[in-house]
Amino acid sequence: MVKKSNTEAKKLNLPWIEKYRPNSIEQVSSQEEIVAVLKKALTSDNLPHMLFYGPPGTGKTSTILALAKELYGPELIKSRVLELNASDERGISVVREKIKNFAKTNVTIANKETKNSYPCPPYKIIILDEADSMTGDAQSALRRVMENYSKITRFCLICNYISRIIEPLTSRCAKFRFKPLPIDSMKGRLKFICEKENLDCRDNVIESLIKVSDGDLRKGVMFLQSASQLYKDEEIPMSAVNEISGSIPNDVVSQFLNCCLKKKFSEFKKILDKIQNEGYSGTQFLIQFQELLMENEEISSLEKSKLSIKVAQVDKSLVDGSDEYLQLMSLIAV
Amino acid sequence: MSLYVDKHRPSELKQLTHSKSLTSQLMKLGSSLDLPHLLIYGPSGVGKKTRILALLKQIFGNSVEKIKIDQRVFQTPAGKRLELVVCSSNYHIEITPSDVGIYDRVVVQDLIKELAQTQQVDVNSKRSFKVVVINEAHNLSKDAQHGLRRTMEKYMGNLRVILCSNSTSRILSPIRSRCLLIRVASPSINEICDILFEISEKECLNLPEKLSQRIAVYCNGNLRRALLILECLRVKQFPLSSDMEIVTTDWEDFLESVALMIVEEQSPQRLLLVRGKLYEALAHCIPAEVILKTLTLLILEKIDDNFKVEFVKEAALYDHRLRLGTKHIMHLEAFVAKFMTMYKKYLVELMSDF
Repeated sequence: MVKKSNTEAKKLNLPWIEKYRPNSIEQVSSQEEIVAVLKKALTSDNLPHMLFYGPPGTGKTSTILALAKELYGPELIKSRVLELNASDERGISVVREKIKNFAKTNVTIANKETKNSYPCPPYKIIILDEADSMTGDAQSALRRVMENYSKITRFCLICNYISRIIEPLTSRCAKFRFKPLPIDSMKGRLKFICEKENLDCRDNVIESLIKVSDGDLRKGVMFLQSASQLYKDEEIPMSAVNEISGSIPNDVVSQFLNCCLKKKFSEFKKILDKIQNEGYSGTQFLIQFQELLMENEEISSLEKSKLSIKVAQVDKSLVDGSDEYLQLMSLIAV
Repeated sequence: MSLYVDKHRPSELKQLTHSKSLTSQLMKLGSSLDLPHLLIYGPSGVGKKTRILALLKQIFGNSVEKIKIDQRVFQTPAGKRLELVVCSSNYHIEITPSDVGIYDRVVVQDLIKELAQTQQVDVNSKRSFKVVVINEAHNLSKDAQHGLRRTMEKYMGNLRVILCSNSTSRILSPIRSRCLLIRVASPSINEICDILFEISEKECLNLPEKLSQRIAVYCNGNLRRALLILECLRVKQFPLSSDMEIVTTDWEDFLESVALMIVEEQSPQRLLLVRGKLYEALAHCIPAEVILKTLTLLILEKIDDNFKVEFVKEAALYDHRLRLGTKHIMHLEAFVAKFMTMYKKYLVELMSDF
């Protein structure tokens, strides 16, 4: 009894991104083409090697996990699916030993019960999540493995940037591109969760949540949950959305932009000091700065282009770890 | 006897002084059964760590304060042995993976995963999870951050991660999208003054109003610094008077003199002199990034408004190169030389206009 209540409590505690992960391919939001192709794979015995790529939070991992669940059912999935991600050691030695060993073992036989309720195709699946953080060597070591054992094993590589996967691997896989989610399907999903969680959330709050999450459903769900935790039993105010997503009030950014164009150094520095002291993030600032810059119609295209080049440079420097203060300060010098 | 900073560090959420709205949000988080992963960011010395500890106390009760420190030994795939200092209580563990440099990935993969896979042992605990506090998250390497991604999702039943970082720029977006972002802003000058007064009352110092204002302005939002200065002043002279000079650190005075040298005269001889000074600063273990930033800010105070714009552009460029390069002195010297030529040119042009 104790154990049961424990697991129940655990389920309650699950973050919504896990709790509402789709259980079947049918439930995957948006990505219609991919869903259509994979559904065919469910009915036939054949599946190509797959490469999923696309921005974060578009459902890559969810899709393959859902597919695996539907193919094998809860029991068989343990012996048929190997999931490796960047939290596992994935150097060349692991490819040579762990992956190769799993790839070459024979397919376990399903018992009757599972066989009747699930398709149980005669192959195993190896999921390599976050494959773009694998080294080139490890990727090359995969090449022959993928071919040699293709009779009994399918690979599914998941990455954000397809350019970081070496060519020989991409040519062995069927590529699926995951698009950022359109507003409607995000809205649908978020509303669904609101309903399930008994959460009272106004439409305009959901809309602004969607806007700040930028096509990333995980972000959207995460923001929704954080908002509901921060404002328990109260209505979620609009201002909360900005704070949760870490975005900067627009008037601060537009002030900054104005000073930038007027080249008034002392004023400019004051605003910058304020930004620094408030602890706003540099990259977030750049994103919003760029957005405002593009929307502003009073600025000539030439100036816009010059500033955009500068923004790109600053962004690169920030990623390389430069000092935020100095870099943002250099935005005035265009 | 401990420093004022530690002695008067608030240990409970309700004792926190500035950023009230944030505090009430943290209270709500702490009282609910669940906790999301947190990414707490803000400039240094504003009380990020204090807030984390107070939140933990709110969640788990007093026993979080029973901390033991031990050394963990790891082995890299190449067989190198690493040691990392770990602070832990029954409910949380606090690590600074960036201490081991590029091997932080191993720490994330070994230690955090091992923790994540074990359940909370204490049956009496109200929460079924443990908390890992990662300090200096902005210094985590890309590899280590990638390693965190799935761990943060997969083992969320057992584990919550609290990242403490100076900025979110260097945190990967997949990590950011898994966390609740909490921004801690610097206290305003008035708030710092209030805190200074409160503490000086407890310590029976008679703090003059003017002095507290000056400290608050000087420390630029860094509360820790303000308290340290207060303590320094107390040691130096007691009772405090309102016209006391605020103690500046040696290296700041030193760099101030270097900045003055650079602005005064622009010539190869001067460059040579400055070079010697820069070497000296580096030899005293002042990070090159700090030297460059401080010099830039100091020089900015001393030059014409019209020239500032051009100058900050170069400063940003050399700062970037400094981070990428390996030999710091080269970039610092190049920075000074560049400034000298540009400034000289600017001055000559200004003269010829008359």
